Amino acid sequence: MTYNLETAAHPEKLRRVAIDPVSRVEGHGKVTILLDDQNKVHQVRLHIVEFRGFEKFIQGRPYWEVPVMVQRLCGICPVSHHLAASKAMDVIVGARKLTPTAEKLRRLMHYGQMLQSHALHFFHLCSPDLLFGFDSDVTKRNIVGVAAAHPETAKRGVLLRKFGQEVIRHTAGKRVHGTGSVPGGVNKALTVAERDELLKDIYPIIAWSRDAVHLIQKVHIQDPGLYNSFGIFRSNFMSIVGHNGDLDFYHGSLRARDDNGKLIFDGVDYQDYDRYIEEEVKPWSYMKFPFLRSIGKENGWYKVGPLARVQNCDQIPTPFAEHERKEFVDYAGGTPMHAPLAYHWTRMIEMLHAAEAIKELLHDDDLLGADLVVQGERRTDGVGVIEAPRGTLFHHYRVDENDVVTMANLIVSTTNNNQAMNEAVRHVARRYLHGREVTEGLLNHIEVAIRAFDPCLSCATHALGKMPLEVELVDAEGALVHRLSRS
Amino acid sequence: MTQTFTLDGKAIPFADGQTIIQAALAAGVFIPHLCYHPEFKPHGSCKLCTVKVNGRQTASCTMRAAAGMQVESNTEEINAERRALTQMLFVEGNHFCPSCEKSGDCQLQATAYHLGMMSPHFDHFFPNRPVDASHPELLLDFNRCILCSLCVRASRDVDGKNVFALSGRGIKTHLIVNAKSGRLADTDIALGDKAVQVCPVGVILRKRTGFAVPIGERTYDKAPIAETVAQEGT
Ligand code: SF4
Ligand code: FES
Repeated sequence: MTYNLETAAHPEKLRRVAIDPVSRVEGHGKVTILLDDQNKVHQVRLHIVEFRGFEKFIQGRPYWEVPVMVQRLCGICPVSHHLAASKAMDVIVGARKLTPTAEKLRRLMHYGQMLQSHALHFFHLCSPDLLFGFDSDVTKRNIVGVAAAHPETAKRGVLLRKFGQEVIRHTAGKRVHGTGSVPGGVNKALTVAERDELLKDIYPIIAWSRDAVHLIQKVHIQDPGLYNSFGIFRSNFMSIVGHNGDLDFYHGSLRARDDNGKLIFDGVDYQDYDRYIEEEVKPWSYMKFPFLRSIGKENGWYKVGPLARVQNCDQIPTPFAEHERKEFVDYAGGTPMHAPLAYHWTRMIEMLHAAEAIKELLHDDDLLGADLVVQGERRTDGVGVIEAPRGTLFHHYRVDENDVVTMANLIVSTTNNNQAMNEAVRHVARRYLHGREVTEGLLNHIEVAIRAFDPCLSCATHALGKMPLEVELVDAEGALVHRLSRS
Repeated sequence: MTQTFTLDGKAIPFADGQTIIQAALAAGVFIPHLCYHPEFKPHGSCKLCTVKVNGRQTASCTMRAAAGMQVESNTEEINAERRALTQMLFVEGNHFCPSCEKSGDCQLQATAYHLGMMSPHFDHFFPNRPVDASHPELLLDFNRCILCSLCVRASRDVDGKNVFALSGRGIKTHLIVNAKSGRLADTDIALGDKAVQVCPVGVILRKRTGFAVPIGERTYDKAPIAETVAQEGT
């Protein structure tokens, strides 16, 4: 866990190469690299340039509006924010345990979101790189190229995504900006007709998800030199895990492991998340850098998302996905796999689990129930945590006696992965860019590393609009020449 | 013999004293409107109900019907003006439909759909208007007030309370609460009051009930405003 290349010793006189915006990452990100005359890399930083100040926006609003409002945070995983905020507001309204109907409908909505998001990421954003190679012809390295060379794969990608969106539509009311989840429960059960419509398509969805796991597994295993080492760095990892250590995207307690897989903490109630996790502010970035308090900021950063989750859980509670998890663990050889490109393999295992879990839920008559909302004793603080497609997502609110939000703190998945993504980018830069002419293919390697984490950069900026930011110019002797700062 | 006037080529019967909009709605013909409400005296302020009578523009909620009038309402020219007025209402306040609990039940939104408004067109004012959450059962979100004065009329004329008033002039006009503190908690408003029910947009809200009705079951999910209003004959 080194900080090499985070800051160049002598950034002056270095040529700046900016990849901006990182194409095919939803939202907006920027990587800057400082090179010397021999093209030696001195500094590499992944910047989050978009700035939205959402927490400020939420303050002063009534609490029941928040689960709907926060969907504006992110155009690609609005359901995750909808549910994380709902879970926080459950705590506020004293609904510590939802009715079976409400909990299962929310799970269904969430697993639908997982399926559509993972399908979008894998088939639309990544399959061009994975099927054609990172420095293949750039004019073909896109979804249109995939559709021409692998029409069946491209078609399945579209249908998997569409199915996930239909699940969302039936549970949330709309594909985007739904209102299905409310503080204390849901506002609508499934009708028999809606349930049957989804059931009729679920079996091919599971079969295609299995095929997708096998596809990426094959690609990975065929080129271990690349897939096991590209952008690699070792780190802690964290996620929530469900009952008995099950993989669970909707609910559970926090568990973190070190880079060898040893437990750092387990069974942590996420209401206490801020006793375990702290966020560091760095002057060069709007996005914060979270770390585990017990380890400290130097080495306490971690990764989240599919690669963390699949290796953090003890088992996956659906048979096909559990089989694939075991295959993955065997391949990794009994120690945690840290290679960023293994995110793809684990992401597809998760998609398979989501498909199987949706099938099980659709066979559960609780989805058709009438008991939708519970309430209990009001509280002022509520934390909601969910495993979003990209990783652990925290929503924390304080609500006053007049029902108005007075404090909001969000840690989005991409922020949790901030340091990890920076590390991966530095590793790739060190390995592939050092001392060479910069070509599109080389630059694409950096993007490939970022994209493995599936960042949603537009929603990941974390600030109140007043975060101090400064720019420094340092000369060859290390002396400060110029500083620009915003107060 | 019933008297009639002509509205977009159709004969509309009316009784003495009826306004154009009253007669039109009674005959099942929709004329867009926001500050008109069948139970209250007309206010004539929003101008959405503007029609052309014998070639001259006038508010149909205040103009009495007369035999033989030639009235134009559903023309591209008039609807374009109505659309521009609606767009102005959207930019003057803070109307973000996707996260508004009145979405699907809101007359402003439904009217915008009816008029085919695709975007706000003008620059947003983004006024800064904090909510009044002081009352235990009711929330006031001033961000969405379109100054139709329906709550003012309802509170004064039906509830006999005078809880609300419009204050200021022109672009500075705003809704106020008639209490020394200016807070709703310090008035005698009650949940059952007419004033609580009439707001056509999402200003006067019952607390803790937002989003309880799922998408698909809200008023204008079932039928567009023209049909909904025409069916009710309001
Ligand atoms: S609060 Fe509602 S009813 Fe009252 S003036 Fe404003 S928009 Fe009209
Ligand atoms: S409805 Fe006639 S002016 Fe508003």
